[in-house]
Amino acid sequence: MNIFDIIGPVMVGPSSSHTAGAVRIGHTARKLLREPVRDAEILLYGSFLVSGKGHGTDCAIVAGLLGMKEDDRNIPDSFRIARERGMSFRFGEATELVDAHPNTAVLKLTGESGKKLELVAESVGGSRINIRTLNGFPADFSGESPTLIVYNQDRPGLVSEVASMLSREDVNIATMHLHRSNRGGTGVMVIECDQEVPKSTRTKLSLAEGIKKVTYYSLKDQD
Amino acid sequence: MSFTRLSDILRQAEVTELPFWHMVLLDDMEARDVTEEESVRTMRSMLRSMKEADRNYDADLRSFSGLSGGDGEKLEKAAAKDSRIMGPFLASVMARAVKMAESNACMQRIVAAPTAGSCGVIPAVLLTYEEQFGATEEKLVEALYVAAGIGEVIAARASISGAEGGCQAEIGSASAMAAGALSHLLGGSGEMIAHAAALALKNMLGLTCDPVAGLVEVPCVKRNVSGAVNAVAAEEMVRAGLRSRIPPDEVIDAMRRTGRLLPDGLRETAMDGLAATPTGQKIKKQLLQE
Repeated sequence: MNIFDIIGPVMVGPSSSHTAGAVRIGHTARKLLREPVRDAEILLYGSFLVSGKGHGTDCAIVAGLLGMKEDDRNIPDSFRIARERGMSFRFGEATELVDAHPNTAVLKLTGESGKKLELVAESVGGSRINIRTLNGFPADFSGESPTLIVYNQDRPGLVSEVASMLSREDVNIATMHLHRSNRGGTGVMVIECDQEVPKSTRTKLSLAEGIKKVTYYSLKDQD
Repeated sequence: MSFTRLSDILRQAEVTELPFWHMVLLDDMEARDVTEEESVRTMRSMLRSMKEADRNYDADLRSFSGLSGGDGEKLEKAAAKDSRIMGPFLASVMARAVKMAESNACMQRIVAAPTAGSCGVIPAVLLTYEEQFGATEEKLVEALYVAAGIGEVIAARASISGAEGGCQAEIGSASAMAAGALSHLLGGSGEMIAHAAALALKNMLGLTCDPVAGLVEVPCVKRNVSGAVNAVAAEEMVRAGLRSRIPPDEVIDAMRRTGRLLPDGLRETAMDGLAATPTGQKIKKQLLQE
């Protein structure tokens, strides 16, 4: 938290968690998809489901999916803008979640090229968010730092290879979470960085042995 | 290192012979690794966004629930006609607080300070002061640093979230921040700033968060008025020579403990208090049917 979390953010009301946080969830998801959203299924849970309507949580998430930020005056108009741009969306209840954070949304997205992305995201207070899971894997990152998500084969040495590749580019690791489906199966590294990871490094990473897929979340608008 | 005690800000200000607000600026430069110019530019943009939100108030707007809108204009008109009781300054502070909070409820762009629900308190005090007594943009930016420093300490020692600490953490914190900021505008020392914040917060201890239908509207919009007026009263007390008998940091600690003791139903869950009244329940039911 810094002083501009205290005086700020500049945002469209009424609620930092239910409106600004919801925009950030949509915006982060759009960036992770890395292409415009063609279709979105948005499932709400807990307080998002119960008081979401009055807080504009629904139009806030759609606004984020359109690439808007939390201070965009067009947020209340997002449904109309989405229709104009040919983006379809549906809302529902996230019935599959149990004991989740009270402000949780499940997003099932299809991009323009047919690319799919599914994530579970929480609005955790202020306008801060946490991406709980990504494509079924635990993720836990905030979207406040450049984040590298590496899907890999679960084998010894791979973590240190990725870490040294980043250090050669002077990218400092802020946090790192490791998860795996089962021993020797698919693992995922979620790495929040202090600097942006150059495109060349990401390409090199995705070609390395044992790496199945690399997803990148950049703080820059275009990347 | 971010500040976790108001007394630390005061001590460092004394050692460096710099004012309270400048300590907060230096702290931000270190915390975010930015230059003085970058930090000040960001704070100035917050001030300008507050002014823009104040200017753009639209009395014709209504919130989705229909519970909020138009009241700020009523207050403004009433103040223009007759402000004998509150005086022109406080009457205008009240109108501004409601206008900003209504803009927030109607999905307009505001500056969370420290939260969206309490966004009316600080601009109501600072912008009305500027309007009626005059203040340079530089001075108002300094006042926002003072507010940010107080808020930062409250967030570190207690909370600025209604879900964690009740309304005392939102309107209470905003009121403490506004009191300190006003003290700075009126030439108050660091010690006076801290006591203005403490007196404002003390008056808000125990305030619960019980919004009708879980929306940031009832009682939040009008509570911005009490936070703003309370801030002015706290500053006035300090300038008259009154002080908080309990040291400012200890008042903040009391707020944290009080917040923990509040039952769940009174911490933004919309389960108790005003939300649980027959009318509150009726409003909730109507909204769910729409």
